[in-house]
Amino acid sequence: MLRIGSGAGFSGDRLEPAVILAERGKLDYLVLECLAERTIASAQKRKRQNPSHGYDALLDKRMELLLPVIKKNRVRLITNMGAANPIAAAERIVQIAQRQGISIKVAAVTGDDVLEHINLEEHSLEMDKPLSSYGEIISANAYLGADALLPALESGAEIIVTGRVADPSMFLAPMVYHYGWSLDDIDRMAQGTVIGHLLECAGQITGGYFADPGKKEVPHMAQLGFPFADVDSDGKAVISKLEGTGGLINLATAKEQLLYEVTDPTGYITPDVVVDFRSVRLREVGHNKVEVSNSSGRKKPSTLKVSIGYHAGFVGEGEISYAGPNALKRAKLAGEIIYERLKDHFTELRIDYIGSSSVHRTSFHHYSEPYEIRLRVAGKASTKEQAEQIGLEVEALYTNGPAGGGGARKYVNEVIGIISSLIPREKVKPHVTIRECRV
Amino acid sequence: MKKKLYELAHCRAGDKGNTLILSLIPYKEQDYDVLCENVTPEAVKNHLKEIIKGDVIRYELPNISALQFVCYNALLGGVTTSLNIDTHGKSLSYALLELEIEI
Repeated sequence: MLRIGSGAGFSGDRLEPAVILAERGKLDYLVLECLAERTIASAQKRKRQNPSHGYDALLDKRMELLLPVIKKNRVRLITNMGAANPIAAAERIVQIAQRQGISIKVAAVTGDDVLEHINLEEHSLEMDKPLSSYGEIISANAYLGADALLPALESGAEIIVTGRVADPSMFLAPMVYHYGWSLDDIDRMAQGTVIGHLLECAGQITGGYFADPGKKEVPHMAQLGFPFADVDSDGKAVISKLEGTGGLINLATAKEQLLYEVTDPTGYITPDVVVDFRSVRLREVGHNKVEVSNSSGRKKPSTLKVSIGYHAGFVGEGEISYAGPNALKRAKLAGEIIYERLKDHFTELRIDYIGSSSVHRTSFHHYSEPYEIRLRVAGKASTKEQAEQIGLEVEALYTNGPAGGGGARKYVNEVIGIISSLIPREKVKPHVTIRECRV
Repeated sequence: MKKKLYELAHCRAGDKGNTLILSLIPYKEQDYDVLCENVTPEAVKNHLKEIIKGDVIRYELPNISALQFVCYNALLGGVTTSLNIDTHGKSLSYALLELEIEI
């Protein structure tokens, strides 16, 4: 039996669940998925400013906590915290290990950075216009598959640090390596991919992002346990979590996560396989234990998806609150004033009434007057200075707007847009670099 | 009798670019057929007309008694460039559950 744990579902995820898994989970592998689409583009910018930067901002913290435990318990770690600079991340991990008096061998997997190989005149997958027309391109990273991780696993490295790799592939790779599965064994690739997909968001299958008081109760969410899978040589797996941790795993949590972010359940495309979710079987086989089996699929695509980051200008935001009698009408008057003053200066401007209709863009048939309302104004601009104008205008409502406005706040953020395209597989050449220390 | 989907089913929202993805999972597997019959792609598109500007495609997954709705042009450009306060559209799971059906 092979046991793989999931210790992070996004870059800012909680730190200690991974430590608890590594400490008493009897894991063979621990996978940390920490790389969202935009993260790699902002990491690329940091790398340009300093060639030794460009990896995940929480790398130091996670490694300081995990290194002693994974070393002691012989757990191999796989993570995409390398972001835009896996080699620098490997070097940093070795530094931390040296400081802690731990011998370690780290493999950095590169080759996902294809910025030099993409044709900017090709059209994006999202809209029928060339990549070059979006704005200055910052980064282009191909999604590597499980095959790219195999040389790193074969090297004997205890830690494998990557840049962009398809999330489920980080889980499939150790299954392929451990059991010697053929990469052409489509049903096993599909099954391993489904297991990876169920685990990749960590707490999202153990009761995180699930609770709804009175409808879907989840115990002890402050101590949510993260999941692990026991995978057998045929690919059948049982997903569970450690005794004494919070959360729950049942059919409902597994179904929500199985379908999460899947745009086509009849053909879920990864670099390794195209999975058909219509054959997947889920079964509760014990308390907090769900078995997953019977995944099927089709041959992997001949192209790899490339995620491309570009400069998309700046977003300026301003907020101010109104409360008590007639709050909504006073907020709406404030919104109208702002709209009149800004509408000719911004191509895209948004006025929201938080507490009423901001996140769903409607409140359906709920018409009751809220006690308090927060006006939010957001707009896009090509320069930071212009974006700042939004917050300033909202702030000026203090002395120029309706009665009783309070708590004005203003923000400006740089925007990195993401588009995608495809690249032929043969243009992408994964590479492994070893960094190690003996103490 | 009219019932909100909220009483019968749960949902998680996901995003890929400007596409909103909504699962619909009945609490009781025997309610799957009722959902298939009543929660058509047209019903979802009409209910979420303020949000979804493109097509809605429904996938049926009888193996796990669940439906998946894939809604195009629904996220004001998508997480990276949307001006919505919820750029991912993550909270929209509960907008779907506001839908009332006759059973």
